[in-house]
Amino acid sequence: MTVEASRQAGGTEGTDLVALLKEAGLAALVALGLGISIIGIRTVTIPGGLGLEYRWDWVVIAVVSVFVGRFVLALRRETRSPAKRAEREVVMNRIGATVQRVSKIAGPVLVVIAIALPWMPFSNRYIVDIATLVLMYIMLGWGLNIVVGLAGLLDLGYVAFYAVGAYSYALIAVHFDLSFWLCLPLAGLFAATFGVLLGFPVLRLRGDYLAIVTLGFGEIIRVVLLNWYEFTRGPDGISGIPRPSFFGLPFSRRVQEGEQSFHTFFGLDYSSMHRIMFLYYLILVLALITNFFTMRIRKLPVGRAWEALREDEIACRSLGINPTNTKLTAFAIGAMFGGFAGSFFATRQGFISPESFTFVESAVILAIVVLGGMGSQIGVVIAAVLLIGGTELFRELEQFRMLAFGGAMVLIMVWRPRGLLAHRDPTLRLSAGGQNAGAKGGAS
Amino acid sequence: MSLAEAETQSRDVHDKTVPSGARPLLTVDHLTMRFGGLVAVNDVSFAAGDAEITAIIGPNGAGKTTLFNCLTGFYKPTVGRLTLDSSGRQHFLERMDDFRISQKAHVGRTFQNIRLFPAMSVLENLMVAQHNALMRASGYSVLGLLGIGGYRKAEREAVDWARYWLEQVDLVDRADDNAGDLPYGAQRRLEIARAMCSRPVLLCLDEPAAGLNPRESAELNALLLYIKEKHQIGLLLIEHDMSVVMEISDHIVVLDYGRKISDGTPAFVRGDPTVIRAYLGEEEDDEIPPEVVADLAPVLAGTKPDPSDGEGR
Ligand SMILES: Nc1ncnc2c1ncn2[C@@H]1O[C@H](COP(=O)(O)OP(=O)(O)OP(=O)(O)O)[C@@H](O)[C@H]1O
Ligand SMILES: [Mg+2]
Repeated sequence: MTVEASRQAGGTEGTDLVALLKEAGLAALVALGLGISIIGIRTVTIPGGLGLEYRWDWVVIAVVSVFVGRFVLALRRETRSPAKRAEREVVMNRIGATVQRVSKIAGPVLVVIAIALPWMPFSNRYIVDIATLVLMYIMLGWGLNIVVGLAGLLDLGYVAFYAVGAYSYALIAVHFDLSFWLCLPLAGLFAATFGVLLGFPVLRLRGDYLAIVTLGFGEIIRVVLLNWYEFTRGPDGISGIPRPSFFGLPFSRRVQEGEQSFHTFFGLDYSSMHRIMFLYYLILVLALITNFFTMRIRKLPVGRAWEALREDEIACRSLGINPTNTKLTAFAIGAMFGGFAGSFFATRQGFISPESFTFVESAVILAIVVLGGMGSQIGVVIAAVLLIGGTELFRELEQFRMLAFGGAMVLIMVWRPRGLLAHRDPTLRLSAGGQNAGAKGGAS
Repeated sequence: MSLAEAETQSRDVHDKTVPSGARPLLTVDHLTMRFGGLVAVNDVSFAAGDAEITAIIGPNGAGKTTLFNCLTGFYKPTVGRLTLDSSGRQHFLERMDDFRISQKAHVGRTFQNIRLFPAMSVLENLMVAQHNALMRASGYSVLGLLGIGGYRKAEREAVDWARYWLEQVDLVDRADDNAGDLPYGAQRRLEIARAMCSRPVLLCLDEPAAGLNPRESAELNALLLYIKEKHQIGLLLIEHDMSVVMEISDHIVVLDYGRKISDGTPAFVRGDPTVIRAYLGEEEDDEIPPEVVADLAPVLAGTKPDPSDGEGR
């Protein structure tokens, strides 16, 4: 029976319903196996302890939708001609190219909008807060884009550098009482050093192996933070992290005798919005620096070598490029921006604990890069706005967040594996002679 | 004893003089490369002259690509010494990492199955080849990022050098297209241009004429001769097409089952009975073993064997 079915599937006939149904059934079976424990049984607090709640109807819904979804997907795969698929790729590539072109103008416009956002009539504390969060992820996405998009190193443990940045900022600021502007570069430096230390043994590996090992390293860092109690205060986290000051002027309501704070210095009334807006502009500047840096380094030899290594490492070796060092610089620079973002996170929250640096965080950042289109700076912006802004806006549907997230990833992988806006412009052109590297990278 | 046989005996298998008497650029001494039980290159010695085209020929699986991989550091030879003698400095290639061989000893190469950077533009491919010089000019990126120092000038010069090579391989108007979008023949030419952009003193070409039509093949001959005459560098050439080999090479080394079976000028090799028996099969058809006939068929038919064996580690 099995043999027959598989022979039928391999037959010359265009579509074979039995094989498709079998495929869908198999997917549904997997969904059932996973669903029974994950969806079907739920712990609830009942008077006197924990109880179980059963949701078999949900399991049925999940299994049926997986069955139907898989069947439709397989049917489309069988009936759609590859020519059509190629056609769609061409259309999407053209869209990618157009967006790239538009982003040259739209980039500065977006920056202006971002600057004006807190002053808009509709904006309030909540909106500025969400925008700050989105910008944080944009910055992280841009940082990871150097490693994944340019150098082609699949890093599943990016959150480790974010954590190292946050903890180095917190520990330095708490113990040595240094200012934010001194701690920030130090935290970036620490994260970059970690990048080199982790990268050195790891970067000999390729593809999947690299992904698995970086995933492991990300978890190791988190576990160390959790268990090294004397140093990191483990699960209790670090609290009382100094808030940033406006070049020495604190954003506090009460002012000590003989000192000034932001509002007294500028003769304003105290408002808690001052600090929130300052944080917003701070992350905006940090993110723009990340973008500017990336655009610029892409046009330098090292940036081209990253992309060449992504394309063909053996050819690179034959041209005298040291692959280990080149990858290490990508890893270290990506880590440095992760570290900057981490210190921003620490100063914004005022409290950090290992819980903020789980694998899910790495996955979200990677999803932003992959969804947006690897190597596309504007793609990262769009993906971050959709993923972070979207999920923040629909917070009531918190339960379905990860589901929607997973669904989006599957759709993209099926529909356009290279990411929404995967399009690459050459870093220099022969025809334009001089107008190449060194030319200002548009902030987009 | 015929004259040809006498000549064969006069050149022993470990003879490593350059037939033309040119200064040896590369000397291969007792090179052996084993993969487990398989001896892909077996005690091969020869020398390649400076500013000469040395062809390495032999049937499929003779160990030609393996020899190149040893020369360019992708394989570490089991036994042997590889000496590159350029501008008064000796480099022992068997001791060097693959990327250092290009960086320090200036040995360039192309691959049997083309290895370009397909998603990068043609010009970018040629810029990557000048990586090390440009890295120095950009102050290892630090000065380049800050926009100080002579990086812009160095980059302009690199673009000029790339344009020069694009002109030689007739790809100027495709400079801004993705390398992966070029037709096959153009990709082969681009790979040669890219190797030349790294300013090698020895260029190793692995079947550059494979898959080319007769016109493209003739253009390739002219290009290789131009590189030799104008840039005065040594070329090592693996080639199955005998017309190409006989026409442009100054010196031919013949490998069979990993061993060197003949070495000399094209005229000598063409007349060498060992080669004829093992490879060319011009006479004594009845004595040629069937596998050699199989190898020979595509050669004689003018089609090239499928270049599907792997390079690299
Ligand atoms: N990495 C490797 N591991 C094991 N065996 C190898 C390896 N590389 C090459 N070989 C073997 O060494 C022998 C010589 O291969 P090589 O590729 O050098 O032949 P070639 O002369 O280039 O042939 P062709 O004309 O087909 O390109 C073959 O039998 C091949 O299978
Ligand atoms: Mg070969």
